[in-house]
Amino acid sequence: MELLAFGKTGWGDELFIATLMTIAVSITAMLIGFLFALIFTPLKLSKNKLCNLIGNTYTTVIRGVPELLVIYLLFFGGSGAVMFVASIFGYNEYIEINAFITGSFAIGIISGAYSTEVFRGAIQSIDKGQFEAAKVMGLSKFAQFYKIILPQTLRLAIPNLSNVWQITLKDTSLISVTGLVEIMRQSYIAAGSTRDPLFFYSFAAVLYLMLTFLSMKIINKLEAKYSRGY
Amino acid sequence: MDLELMANSFPKLLNAAVITLKLLSASLIIGLFVGLFFAILRLNKNIFLNKFAYGYSYVFRGTPLLVQIFIIYFGLGQIEYLRSTFLWVILKEPYWCAIIAFALNTGAYTSEILRSAFQTIKPGIVEAGKSLGISNKIIFYKIQIPIAIRQSLPAYGNEIILMMKGTSLASTVTIMDLTGVAKYIISTTFKPIEVFIVAGGIYLFMTFIIHNLIKFLEKKYSFN
Repeated sequence: MELLAFGKTGWGDELFIATLMTIAVSITAMLIGFLFALIFTPLKLSKNKLCNLIGNTYTTVIRGVPELLVIYLLFFGGSGAVMFVASIFGYNEYIEINAFITGSFAIGIISGAYSTEVFRGAIQSIDKGQFEAAKVMGLSKFAQFYKIILPQTLRLAIPNLSNVWQITLKDTSLISVTGLVEIMRQSYIAAGSTRDPLFFYSFAAVLYLMLTFLSMKIINKLEAKYSRGY
Repeated sequence: MDLELMANSFPKLLNAAVITLKLLSASLIIGLFVGLFFAILRLNKNIFLNKFAYGYSYVFRGTPLLVQIFIIYFGLGQIEYLRSTFLWVILKEPYWCAIIAFALNTGAYTSEILRSAFQTIKPGIVEAGKSLGISNKIIFYKIQIPIAIRQSLPAYGNEIILMMKGTSLASTVTIMDLTGVAKYIISTTFKPIEVFIVAGGIYLFMTFIIHNLIKFLEKKYSFN
């Protein structure tokens, strides 16, 4: 137990901060994922063949390639890509991207592919009559989407989005390979310096279990909120 | 685009893909038995066995696969007692540790898939078997299991693809699988995009094959 003490003697505070880091990365990645979903869901639902192809390529490639490979691509290629863009604007210094940004972006791209599929499924399962009724009521396109379609989509999407959240949360453990100090990386450091890997990795497992358990509780509340009236 | 590098790395990556497939098939076969075992426990009326199986699937589905591999590879070697038993022969090899971790992980997901498949079998089918005078054991093995396997095919296909992606984590415990070799080439040449295209292409090809194989099986064993 003294291994987990707070302060200089134990790893308690380090692991606590690492847990907060995991939560921060997961939330950032999930939000970046929503951003990607916002772009790619309309593309996948569009009638234009080219748009369709772009949307399908994104979800197929990302869901068919291991997360670790995507992370390596961004980890080794990320700063090169940013430097290339910067050089167009005449900035030629070396740019190093922060591990947090690389990591959240990598997990965000992955999470976005799953979110896109969830939103696509949810929008497609809304009754056609709803779209037609919204149009007949003379609502603006904006109101049609935000007042009629989106609330219904959310209700249908939340159970599946909770799965995406769980995947995202667990995927953040993979960014430890880039050196970002989250739960996995901190456990690795602690295990290395105390020579007690069994304890620290088991403790990491407990931390992840706690996170998944707590997020399930919160998601269940959200689900109840959005299914009012059903 | 460095086409020469892509052409040069292709055979190396293809060789590594064989290791990925070996890891995948070994863990799927063991995982299927683990999954079936725990699915049967979940259907058991004994509360203790039931909770045990639920706890197993909860823990393995609620923690990242990376943690599970690290516990088995780095953690178990720490127990002195284990080092003196024959198990050590297996546990000191990263290859077998990875397979154990993958098998236990996919076993947890498979048990959930099979459990829900068993539960969707209409009671009328079991009753029909009983009224024909077939023993409970034969009803289970000859009627319930085949139906459950057919029911769970689509979900199990997804699980196979997820597991194939999961095998990439073997590269974190020094195994040179497809991702391991890809990372090695990236870190020596600093050409991530080229390597990603080749390695990703191989992964996508394998996904494509698995996807179509499952589709074929689904069609072959469909009820209509």
